[in-house]
Amino acid sequence: MAESPKFYDEMYGHGDAARVPYSDYAKWFSGEEVGNLRRKSSQAEALFRLTGITFNVYGMEEETERLIPFDIVPRIITAKEWAMLEKGIDQRVRAINSFLHDIYHRQEIVRAGRIPEEMIAKNDAFLPQMIGVAPPGNIYTHIVGTDLVRTGENEFYVLEDNARTPSGVSYMLENRETMLHMFPELFSRNKVRRVSHYPRSLRRSLSACAPPVCLENPVVAVLTPGIHNSAYYEHAFLADQMGVELVEGQDLRVIDGRVAMRTTKGYEPIDVLYRRVDDEFLDPMNFNPDSVLGVPGILDVYRAGGITIANAPGTGIADDKAIYSYMPEIVEFYTGEKAILKNVPTWRCSEPEALQYVLDNLPELVVKEVHGSGGYGMLVGPAASKKELAAFRAKLEAKPGNYIAQPTLSLSTVPILAKSGLAPRHVDLRPFALASPKGVEIIPGGLTRVALKKGSLVVNSSQGGGTKDTWVLED
Amino acid sequence: MLGKTAGGVFWMLRYMERTENTARMIDAGLRISLTRSSAAESEWTSILTAMGLLSAYLEKHETVEGGKVVNFLLRDKSNPSSVMSAVEAARTNARLVRTALTREVWEAVNECWMDLRDLLARPVREQSLPDILQVIRQRSAYVRGSLHGTMVRNDVYDFARIGTFFERADNAARVLDVKYYILLPSIMHVGSASDNVQWETILRATSSARAYQTLHEGEYDPRMIARFLILDKRLPRSLAFCYRKISDNLDYIAKDYGDRMPCHGMVEKICHRFETMTIDKIFEYGLHEFVTEFLSESQALGRQIEIDYRFYE
Amino acid sequence: MNNKMKLKISHTTSYHYDKPVPYALQQLRLRPKSRPNQAVLAWDINIAGGRRQVSFEDEHANTVDLISFEPGVQDITVHCEGEVDVSDNAGVTGKHLGFVPLWLFERSTPLTVAGPNVRGLVSEFDKPKDTLEMLHELSAHILEKVPYSTDQTSSELTAEQVVEAGHGVCQDHAHVFIAAARSLGIPARYVSGYLMMDDRVSQDASHAWAEAHTPGLGWVGFDISNGISPDARYVRVATGLDYLGAAPVSGMRYGHGTENMLVKLQVEQQ
Repeated sequence: MAESPKFYDEMYGHGDAARVPYSDYAKWFSGEEVGNLRRKSSQAEALFRLTGITFNVYGMEEETERLIPFDIVPRIITAKEWAMLEKGIDQRVRAINSFLHDIYHRQEIVRAGRIPEEMIAKNDAFLPQMIGVAPPGNIYTHIVGTDLVRTGENEFYVLEDNARTPSGVSYMLENRETMLHMFPELFSRNKVRRVSHYPRSLRRSLSACAPPVCLENPVVAVLTPGIHNSAYYEHAFLADQMGVELVEGQDLRVIDGRVAMRTTKGYEPIDVLYRRVDDEFLDPMNFNPDSVLGVPGILDVYRAGGITIANAPGTGIADDKAIYSYMPEIVEFYTGEKAILKNVPTWRCSEPEALQYVLDNLPELVVKEVHGSGGYGMLVGPAASKKELAAFRAKLEAKPGNYIAQPTLSLSTVPILAKSGLAPRHVDLRPFALASPKGVEIIPGGLTRVALKKGSLVVNSSQGGGTKDTWVLED
Repeated sequence: MLGKTAGGVFWMLRYMERTENTARMIDAGLRISLTRSSAAESEWTSILTAMGLLSAYLEKHETVEGGKVVNFLLRDKSNPSSVMSAVEAARTNARLVRTALTREVWEAVNECWMDLRDLLARPVREQSLPDILQVIRQRSAYVRGSLHGTMVRNDVYDFARIGTFFERADNAARVLDVKYYILLPSIMHVGSASDNVQWETILRATSSARAYQTLHEGEYDPRMIARFLILDKRLPRSLAFCYRKISDNLDYIAKDYGDRMPCHGMVEKICHRFETMTIDKIFEYGLHEFVTEFLSESQALGRQIEIDYRFYE
Repeated sequence: MNNKMKLKISHTTSYHYDKPVPYALQQLRLRPKSRPNQAVLAWDINIAGGRRQVSFEDEHANTVDLISFEPGVQDITVHCEGEVDVSDNAGVTGKHLGFVPLWLFERSTPLTVAGPNVRGLVSEFDKPKDTLEMLHELSAHILEKVPYSTDQTSSELTAEQVVEAGHGVCQDHAHVFIAAARSLGIPARYVSGYLMMDDRVSQDASHAWAEAHTPGLGWVGFDISNGISPDARYVRVATGLDYLGAAPVSGMRYGHGTENMLVKLQVEQQ
């Protein structure tokens, strides 16, 4: 089993004994037939297809719907590990909201010299239209998906703070449903904390951020770019599970000083809009005039206090990869505490010394675009060919400010069910946090993404990654 | 509910109904081509005409042949009424209104689409046709069943029902519109075998053959067939039945919303006509004229519903 | 010249469309604010053919009214009327206030990019050490190289295009000045407002000028077209990074009709 000892495997340490949280699962697994489990695995796939948990793939001639592969071996986290992660995420989410409020007001953190002015001034994610805007409860990012990686027994790092529109929570929920459906016995043998309350928590959390004009039960709606968007399934799923309307820009209009949706009975005002449309496309009158996905004037209504937009426009300034490198300072500045969760050491290529180091050590590093996401436009040094390295070197020299670099982390592995049985694959973890004036709630577990290709470190679904159910055990 | 959702549910069920209707038309055509190969070409032609697809078909094919017509009606994506196009449109609408549907309904529609997509991926040969038609029947019955069994009886359900009956009445009226002349007394040849077959086609295309036999003791009589398809409220595919249902469902919405709209007056007028008409009066007025008028009133009603319940702007 | 004035303003903008407009929104930045040297005694906005949806303060502290057209209108009129007391302060607006960091005013916008034309113009004149003096020189130099002229082919020229054209109106002058100042590392902004011309009551259009931020005085205004700093005849209405951010009226409209706009503006001393 111990395939490559330089990686921390979360199930098997050394020898054949499973680590504590996996001991019961390992026992159960040894009594199962691999062929039978593989059959169950294809059943799960059929179930996902039927439910329609697919994502659309772009760039093909005809739009196709694909499944994100699901692996039936759970990823298991102990109560103690989770308690630490939960505390760390809570701290981070509070700090990020304080940071966003500050950045769009007095910028004390810049005045205090903790972040260089140009990190904000030269950042496209900074939205001048948000200056002076204080959303209800000063919550800017209501839903955060913090990407974590593990490298050892007690070694967790934050890889990214997704503070604009983190996705994937529907997989967290559907993966659990599927596991409950296929392996009910596992859940009577292991005390796994539930995740199914997420939609209710989300609705409660959003409702708590209703604007002052809302006097009764807040009307919540989910804004989607439409059925062709790659995450449409998730948008529909969340609206459905919360019991709220799923709207598109063309369903909405500014009426009587509110943003209202066209219903069969006329226009009905919305109090809180959980939008899954990027800032740029949100309001053709205030942002990209070519956008057909947005609502003209919604930003004006927002600034007048007529609607809450979750997450707020301009939150991208907090999950930008260059700002990321300042997160330890940010956490400390706003909470007065040391950051509980560690940052991955990051070289900002905009700084000449850092750039030199990165260029000298390119084959060992991971280089990312400052504003990129989804694993696109990144270089994994150890896996790159000479040609790729040379091409990236040129890009770095041309526009160093566009890149940051990090050491290639030894991501932990968790076994997947491969043809011949269990085989270790690299994973990350995206827990989901909900912020409202009432506090921060973090759903135990999250989405475990797994690189299905042997040795691969890229877990993104657009790059051949899969997902696992994530268990947080009760104490 | 959103106006868009009302429109999406309405169209999803229209397309599901259309899927079935097209399959039924193919079944009717197939039956004749099997029993009377000499009449096959003209029957396929009149089926294409009834569906308003003859010119679209002839743009792609030079001759009317069973195999080509069947594939055109089953799987040609350029044909918006083909089974594949209709079921795909039904599913797209279902995705659009996913939050208004129960998981069961969505899965039934999705599975219908997945099965047909696989079955219709390649040209269909004659011997596999009965199986495919069977799958279409079963899959759409499954959608209907999940709709009845799991949906809350609210406005969403009402719009779904209105979509179903709207498409069904539309389809029946079109069949009558194309075939009206064989039901006219003037050209009636008593006992003529050819007419029997044509009459049977009408009944098969509207899935009413068996019901007709039961209720009319097996006697084919064109006047009775016309009465049956237009006025008989026991037949779930007659115009009168469908419009009673449309009217009922629009009434539920009016009661629910506490507001009657212009479409209510329109549907009432159409229903009233069915209440007071007899088949003799219809023949006196002109069967063709009656059906044509019905079709245009029904289109106007459809537009009015769209406006009253804000399907679009 | 009085150093204190009471100005009465009546400003009507009428739009006519050759086809009914199904839906349209407009942002109005048409409310002057009381501030040192400018007291707004009365100010009203009336809209015919549309309705006010919301009002809010934007990042530059402009009061913005969002209005929507009544469905299917072909005519809409925005009428502003009011009285403002203004005193002359040699164009000095003063200390930078609010949350907008000063560096934002050093950022170029698409209309205020300093390309070879603007940079060429900047390099041509002798720059006094004193920033204020230098800015006055810059203003004079722009007017010399790009004289005032209403022979315009387009209404939204970039600073580069204006220098190339060799002449311009107040908006164009402001853009060139802003582009030039920013290229020298001086924060600058666009101001839209009213000017009472001495010889007439009816004005052709509302006015525009620029402000630059100097270390000692804070914001100082430069009316490049008239070669002076604003005095008691100037009513400051809105500011922004360029015309688009301070425009009296901007918006979006569905439908394909063509638009005709008519402005009636009267500024007189009480």
